[in-house]
Amino acid sequence: MDEAQAVLDSIEGTVGEIAVDNPKMSMRDVDVFYAEKQAIFGVDLDVANNEVIAMIGPSGCGKSTFLRCLNRMNDTIPICRVSGSVMLDGDDIYAADQDPVLLRARVGMVFQKPNPFPKSIFDNVAYGARIHGLAANRAELDDIVVGSLKRAGLYEEVKSRLDAPGTSLSGGQQQRLCIARSIAVSPEVILMDEPCSALDPIATARIEELIDELRENYAIAIVTHSMQQAARVSQRTAYFHLGKLVEVGDTNEIFTNPQHELTENYITGRFG
Amino acid sequence: MQSNTLLLVILALAVVSYFFARHKAFGVLKSNGSVSARHSLPAHYGYLLALWCAIPALAILLGWKLFEPGVINGMLVDSLPQQVVDGGDSRIGLYTNDINNLVEAGGIESIADADKQAAAQKLVSLRSASRLVLTVLVLAALLVSLLVGLRHMQPQTQARVIVEKFIKVILVSCASIAILTTMGIVLSVLFESIRFFQQVGFWEFVTGSKWSPQTAIRADQVGSSGSFGAIPLFTGTMLISVIALIVAVPLGLMSAIYLAEYASARTRSIVKPLLEILAGIPTVVYGFFAALTVAPAIRSMGESIGLSVSSESALAAGAVMGIMIIPFVSSLSDDVITSVPQSIRDASFGLGATQAETIRKVVLPAALPGIVSSVLLAASRAIGETMIVVMAAGLAANLTANPLEAVTTVTVQIVTLLTGDQEFESAKTLAAFALGLMLFVATLLLNVIALYTVRRYREQYD
Ligand SMILES: Nc1ncnc2c1ncn2[C@@H]1O[C@H](COP(=O)(O)OP(=O)(O)OP(=O)(O)O)[C@@H](O)[C@H]1O
Ligand SMILES: [Mg+2]
Repeated sequence: MDEAQAVLDSIEGTVGEIAVDNPKMSMRDVDVFYAEKQAIFGVDLDVANNEVIAMIGPSGCGKSTFLRCLNRMNDTIPICRVSGSVMLDGDDIYAADQDPVLLRARVGMVFQKPNPFPKSIFDNVAYGARIHGLAANRAELDDIVVGSLKRAGLYEEVKSRLDAPGTSLSGGQQQRLCIARSIAVSPEVILMDEPCSALDPIATARIEELIDELRENYAIAIVTHSMQQAARVSQRTAYFHLGKLVEVGDTNEIFTNPQHELTENYITGRFG
Repeated sequence: MQSNTLLLVILALAVVSYFFARHKAFGVLKSNGSVSARHSLPAHYGYLLALWCAIPALAILLGWKLFEPGVINGMLVDSLPQQVVDGGDSRIGLYTNDINNLVEAGGIESIADADKQAAAQKLVSLRSASRLVLTVLVLAALLVSLLVGLRHMQPQTQARVIVEKFIKVILVSCASIAILTTMGIVLSVLFESIRFFQQVGFWEFVTGSKWSPQTAIRADQVGSSGSFGAIPLFTGTMLISVIALIVAVPLGLMSAIYLAEYASARTRSIVKPLLEILAGIPTVVYGFFAALTVAPAIRSMGESIGLSVSSESALAAGAVMGIMIIPFVSSLSDDVITSVPQSIRDASFGLGATQAETIRKVVLPAALPGIVSSVLLAASRAIGETMIVVMAAGLAANLTANPLEAVTTVTVQIVTLLTGDQEFESAKTLAAFALGLMLFVATLLLNVIALYTVRRYREQYD
């Protein structure tokens, strides 16, 4: 306990450049508390347009917590409290006049465990479009669904059985379905929390390809436990430790030449 | 020995052999050393020996107790004086009954009738002989099975497998007892109903619209031919149940949604038990509440807007019944709604759905099967409810769909048919069984339909 506290106290500020030229989202001085317990300590970070930023760090360091701040998913946890500023296109998403419901349509999320609705494949993808009234008629809805499935690289596998339940797909297919579902509402940012942790290497490779393609249109923040994955898909990498952002920088830099001792230990496999 | 003592002896011996075998198994295992040599845990050997020792003896005891009265009675009858035997079965029955009572009362020597005294003595000696044989048999069985069991106590004996199998047998037999009982009830109701339909035509019963089961007791009575049209009863049941469900389903479902989705854990822990108290109130209490408070209130309300309301009405009974069955809907629905996984709620929120949208489009469809079964449970409770109806809706078998009139229900009529002095063979009494059968068939149909609908429309998670 005291040792952890000592490590925590020793982390002062963030090594590396947290700001970018064209920020899509920028977080400043974000603190998160679960009841009395602080999980995130004063994190500053920018997410750029057309960029994949990877968030890595030991288990329990607050990656998921931080990610969930970016679309206010933490609001669904009653004991969770967030302070600091989180800007999306220059607007504070925690401002009183901001509607978390609209925000979540702009900042989509893909979860660690594939969680398709217990509905048909079609209805899964159409869900968001329907609740936001994105399609004026059935033909437009079809276009949205087919387009999203195609972009998620799933269409060819499921085109003959769009009526089958989404839960009948394999794990990797389900995760791509979840990605299709979140891009169907045309978000601007996509948050992914360990999207491949339940998948085999082949399904993982497909999703990584997909992430790379999606980067053309979206800003993407991905939490991952796999450093190879971070190296493969991301342009920038942020290293979290005990709720603090220790180091952030170009992915190549971080993995070849980490500045902070904690980052180096983590990347070379020497924990703590 | 008395059979109770025998039972105790068997159980005691079973316990002793459990500990003995377990202890022995421990010893063997210890001296053997290697884990691979032991097939089962010592306790398994204990159970196995206990079973070996107890089961044959228990079976003998049980079988004996089952057949003893019949056999003794048969032997007693054989020795009865000729004039009694000539009197036919009912005479014999009375006579043996008499002797049984005399023996129970004690003091055989003081019996005046010599024949009876002889018979009583015979009975006493038969009984004591039986007891002796039983004791010997059980003790012998205990001994033999214990010896055989001990010979089976080898390290390579698959005690675990056998014990597990035995547990399965016990579970299966418990399940079959429940099923067999149900079947027995259904069959007996069925046979009595067939007897009823020999007296009253099936179609007259199913399609008749007049219910007045008073039949003539003496041939010279007039005006009581009895008519058994069950339609008014079933419409009455349906009317009241539908009213009850109209009250209970929306209220129950909404409270379930509130409790599961909106209420804080604290509120939920207070409100839910409070709601469940509703189901614990005795139905008589609801009955007089309906009859003394609700019915008059409905009546005066109705009259103030110019409706004629009878003092006993389907509406009063149905509404109060609806309140009573709210917890059936709310408590069960709350459980199934809460058990819908958080992950699909998160998915919906993550797409920008509001809480209401999430509940309506994701949570409720996923919880549908459970919600339907909660409604079904409430419906069967409403259909079977008798007390409230007797007190608040009356006994008049009116064929009406007007909730402001008095109606009666199937269950209420079953009660009135079977209470009081009745001849068992009369159509009036047998009609109760026919009503019961119809009710059973109706609820069964309801269940089948509901199951089918659920299977079609449900959205299954995981
Ligand atoms: N719902 C919650 N209630 C209370 N504490 C929580 C909750 N969720 C997370 N925490 C705490 O916040 C801290 C950060 O958790 P978080 O889930 O963000 O870690 P993580 O970096 O995503 O870990 P992992 O890599 O294992 O997913 C942990 O100490 C955890 O115990
Ligand atoms: Mg996490």
